[in-house]
Amino acid sequence: MTENEHSVGTGVSNNKLLMWVFLGSECLLFGGLISTYLIYRSRFADGPAPGDIFDIPFTSVSSFVLLMSSLTMVLSLSSLQRGDYRNTRLWLLTTALLGALFIGGQVYEFTTFLREGLGYSTSPFSSAFFTLTGFHGVHVSIGIVMLMSLYVSSMRGNLKRESSETLEIVGLYWHFVDVVWIFIFTVIYLVPSPTS
Amino acid sequence: MSKTEIEHSETSDDAGDEHDHPSDNKYIQIAIILAVITALEVATYFFEGMPGEILIPLLLIMMVIKFFYVAAWFMHLRFDSPLFTKFFVAGLVLATVVYVIALTVFEFWHKG
Repeated sequence: MTENEHSVGTGVSNNKLLMWVFLGSECLLFGGLISTYLIYRSRFADGPAPGDIFDIPFTSVSSFVLLMSSLTMVLSLSSLQRGDYRNTRLWLLTTALLGALFIGGQVYEFTTFLREGLGYSTSPFSSAFFTLTGFHGVHVSIGIVMLMSLYVSSMRGNLKRESSETLEIVGLYWHFVDVVWIFIFTVIYLVPSPTS
Repeated sequence: MSKTEIEHSETSDDAGDEHDHPSDNKYIQIAIILAVITALEVATYFFEGMPGEILIPLLLIMMVIKFFYVAAWFMHLRFDSPLFTKFFVAGLVLATVVYVIALTVFEFWHKG
């Protein structure tokens, strides 16, 4: 080895490593949004307070749906690693549908809040809440697009057992989105919020 | 590359990419545990008399348990290369430290 050469081999997949580095950086993004919400959650001015407007039973069902989508995601990967392409597609589609159900629930929640007088610029609390949960919703939507791309790829016969790492990397992203919701559900919804 | 370096590289490959994942039954068991913990979390919402000093740490503990189950089993950190865990934990720790400082600056803890 000459003076200018150095080893760059980590012994692991570069693509997987890149996804983990990305997820590490996403922790900072969502950490910032959650902290901002915590700082502003008591500043609801004349608008509705978080404790008055949150529908915990409804959000609990949405959370359960997203949690179960992590199971279907990992079952899809497991099927692909066994070479079971039919079940890979079935679980992929189920995961995407559960994700879409979660997004549908979020759209319903947002429209309900709007009807009750909580708009994006109503108060610092509403801005922080919609920004945080909206960003998470965008992440879930991007995940659904990736899942459907893999589904189409599998239908065309391009998603093979040998390339299961592609599905594993998309799965990492999907599980991360679920992990973020685990935090949001507890810190934003379940921890008692201020009331008016 | 020396013989030692090659051996190390091969060992890392084994630890990093060619790992055995759990069975489907194990994944279903983990999902049931996660569902039960979520049910317990939601149940706390209906116990209105529980003081915040007990409720909030209880909720945070259940949240952390769920996080570890998803990260370790569904994201395969338990079986993959420790390098992935290091990068993820580095992001988590950095975010926690930075934002605890930010919350302290904004006197979040004084407001309760």
